[in-house]
Amino acid sequence: MTLGFYPGCSLKGSSREYSESVLAVSKAFDINLEEIKDWNCCGATAAHNMNKELSLALPARILSLAEKQGLTEIVVPCAACYSRLTVTKHELSKDATLKAAVTEANGLEYTGSVSVLNIVQFLDKYITPNLENRVVKPFDHKVACYYGCLLVRPHEILKFDREEDPQSLDVLMLKAGATPIDWAFKTECCGAGLSVSRTSSVGRLSGKIIGDAKDRGAVAVIVACPMCHSNLDMRRDAINSYLGEKIDIPVLYITQAIGLALGLDRKALGLQRHFVKVTV
Amino acid sequence: MSKIGVFVCHCGENISATVDCAKVAETAGNYDGVAFSVDYKYMCSDPGQNLIKSAIKEKGLTGVVVASCSPRMHEPTFRKACAEAGLNPFMCEMANLREHCSWVHEKGEATTEKAIDLVRILVEKVKYNHSLNEIKVPVTKTALVIGGGIAGIQASLDIANTGHKVILIEKDPSIGGHMSQLSETFPTLDCSQCILTPRMVEVAQHPNITLYTYAELESLEGFIGNFKAKIRRKSKSIDEKLCTGCGQCTTKCPVKKIPSEFNEGLGKRTAIYVPFPQAVPNKPVIDRINCTYYIKGKCKVCEIVCPTKAIRFDQEDQIMEVEVGAIVIATGFTVKQPDFFPEYGYGKYPDVITGLQFERLASASGPTLGEIRRPSDDKVPEKIVFLACAGSRDPAKGIPYCSKICCMYIAKHAMLYQHKVHGGKSYVFYMDIRAGGKQYEEFVRRAIEDDGVNYVRGRVSRIYEKNGKLIVNGVDTLLNAMPVEIEADMVVLATAGIANEGAEELAQKLHISYDPYKFFAEAHPKLKPVETNTAGIFLAGACQAPRDIPESVAMASGAAVKVAGLFSQDELTREPIIAVVNRQAPPVYSSCVGCFLCVSACPYQAIEKEEIKNRNGELIKLIAKVNPGLCQGCGTCVAFCRTKSIDIQGYTHEQMYTEVMALLNEY
Repeated sequence: MTLGFYPGCSLKGSSREYSESVLAVSKAFDINLEEIKDWNCCGATAAHNMNKELSLALPARILSLAEKQGLTEIVVPCAACYSRLTVTKHELSKDATLKAAVTEANGLEYTGSVSVLNIVQFLDKYITPNLENRVVKPFDHKVACYYGCLLVRPHEILKFDREEDPQSLDVLMLKAGATPIDWAFKTECCGAGLSVSRTSSVGRLSGKIIGDAKDRGAVAVIVACPMCHSNLDMRRDAINSYLGEKIDIPVLYITQAIGLALGLDRKALGLQRHFVKVTV
Repeated sequence: MSKIGVFVCHCGENISATVDCAKVAETAGNYDGVAFSVDYKYMCSDPGQNLIKSAIKEKGLTGVVVASCSPRMHEPTFRKACAEAGLNPFMCEMANLREHCSWVHEKGEATTEKAIDLVRILVEKVKYNHSLNEIKVPVTKTALVIGGGIAGIQASLDIANTGHKVILIEKDPSIGGHMSQLSETFPTLDCSQCILTPRMVEVAQHPNITLYTYAELESLEGFIGNFKAKIRRKSKSIDEKLCTGCGQCTTKCPVKKIPSEFNEGLGKRTAIYVPFPQAVPNKPVIDRINCTYYIKGKCKVCEIVCPTKAIRFDQEDQIMEVEVGAIVIATGFTVKQPDFFPEYGYGKYPDVITGLQFERLASASGPTLGEIRRPSDDKVPEKIVFLACAGSRDPAKGIPYCSKICCMYIAKHAMLYQHKVHGGKSYVFYMDIRAGGKQYEEFVRRAIEDDGVNYVRGRVSRIYEKNGKLIVNGVDTLLNAMPVEIEADMVVLATAGIANEGAEELAQKLHISYDPYKFFAEAHPKLKPVETNTAGIFLAGACQAPRDIPESVAMASGAAVKVAGLFSQDELTREPIIAVVNRQAPPVYSSCVGCFLCVSACPYQAIEKEEIKNRNGELIKLIAKVNPGLCQGCGTCVAFCRTKSIDIQGYTHEQMYTEVMALLNEY
């Protein structure tokens, strides 16, 4: 079976291991993820702060290319890309003028026929039904599932999970053999783009997240967003200096954790690429 | 030959600004059968009405068409004028030139043409009008009050004190409602139970009030003055006549750990229980879901200890039918429950409680005997946070409205806490302080200024537990949106007031309307606040919208006056706009073929079967017959009738056909 795949910039750069683990898990279930040819940037935070039409035209071009390529369903692992693509679909579906303007700007036909899956929706639909039978090494640890801001928001558009107390990652990890903890920072801000401009703020915000996960006995944090991952993993020094202690809980992508439960090769899952050593 | 009078009204400039009224009158004057036609500035005024009256007398008019505003506005006015001049009021029709024409169109030729058409239609219709007489129906002078909270209690007492009978039903084992759960009441801080319980006792002892607790409305039929209500009296599993309320059974019952509804789950009760010591009636009921006997088939401790042998395990629900003339609905409200606030941890952290739970903690009759102790470990909280608008005014939560009572009771809670816990610190997070009401604003200021409650203007994003404390993350919008973090021992959520579960079903049983939030709808938001759109059914208290005690009581007294007004008459008059099945000379008797599709279509069970017999008493045919007392004139049967044998009086097939043909200029 073949599904479309939109990696976005992060999965080709700082979070290559997310891409590697998504592809590895898919392969294990005989799912071929076909990359959208000639894809472009989703616009990220920059575009929608500058120009609304541009912020819709960029994701629309990706969706048009997917349509052209004959894809009906695409997997978008990055939470920010997913948000942009879904919001675009929503906006264009309710505004014909905008849709016409965007189509003209891109010079590509856009019908809105492609459905967009985030990583949890993809796993739920194609992996979870057979996951329990395929687990060879249950991920038998206490984990803190961290959703961040974009995976489940805005709820009016995404209509996915509960925005204030999401459960979908917890359910997945339960099936992979883990014990998800009940904690308070599932959707609190990690600091996001302040990573570069105000690293100390990220240290404080992400510090509270890591601190609470550790206090409640988690041995790993599970994420589904490259930005969250880089703040919680790469900015661990800033976090530790905010907390005044050295915390070495690793941060895993959901697909890495599931990959481990499936008994996939650690290197194929890109576990060696993290700043905080993955010991679980 | 008809002699019809046409009276075209200018309605000041409301009609004449866009319609050429003189031309309308002139054109109408030329129609066949029109004997008189005139236009006038205000037809509803005294001189206007006199114009109609004198024309009827002088010209001997047989029908009148008033071309003015909506019949909803002035049909009664003009029909009364006709009646005063000796014309049957149902020979008067209105053409709506204002709402249907002048208000919705620009000035011009076409607008006047439309006005002329509207008049023409009615002129042709009125030629087929017949004299009709109003229907008289008797009034059953007993009121049914549903719900025994403060609103239901007040309504019952007020109606009973006018000398009329009242049947009060309450779904719980005792009357008292939410007010009986409250500690003190704003803005005077008088004890809720102290002012309520005397009223409860008065209800129980009033010779005109029959009280049924543990009872619910099963179904309702009939109409104003003549309702038939079926009431389900749920089995209490005791013989109330024998029970003396001694309390032996409740003391000895071995099932002691059921969360008490009265204490909002903060206290426990037994399986056979009286909800609270001041309950009316002060006699227990058995909660069959939790009683060991009903679960396992043995125990019967209560039966053994009962000195009067009053326990009845085999008692069944009773369905009782009562006839009442009016109904007051006073079913109250409820508050939003767990799982609604995952971000606040309600239902997860035991020390995050609702306002109603705090009332029980602060109440002298509550589980802590009035001491503020937190549920998790019984400790006195040193720092307490109150959250106003937990769910209210939050479109994302589906509740865009203000729950109205929270600002005041939160101020009261914080004040009570400061009075009871010296040195304690209290915080209130609020959006706006809505303290409109007599002495309300002063009360809130007292909490802030005299009792030192810290009011923080801003919302709370999350509450979580850390090292035994509840961390409250919020923002202070008066300090440039500065984040605020408070380590609290207890948090009280002023959860949104919402309609009761089952409000929708009750509304459907009663044939009354409700709003999108399932609160019952009043007939007019300003001028008919206690009436519903169904005649004879009235509203009191928080079943209509969140209401505080003074408002609920005022509404209840208002509803009671409406009921008393209704009961001051021996007969009610109803418009004769009802369905009739035609009758013809033998051998046809009626075009009705007796298919009785109309019987199943009628929403009011107003259609019966009638036997037609010849002189020898032999049955010739069975036809439909409309009970004029029950028919509401909705016309559903007319649409269903395959042989067009049913007509609505005043809106017959003949009249409708004539109107359409007039519009097509076929006359």
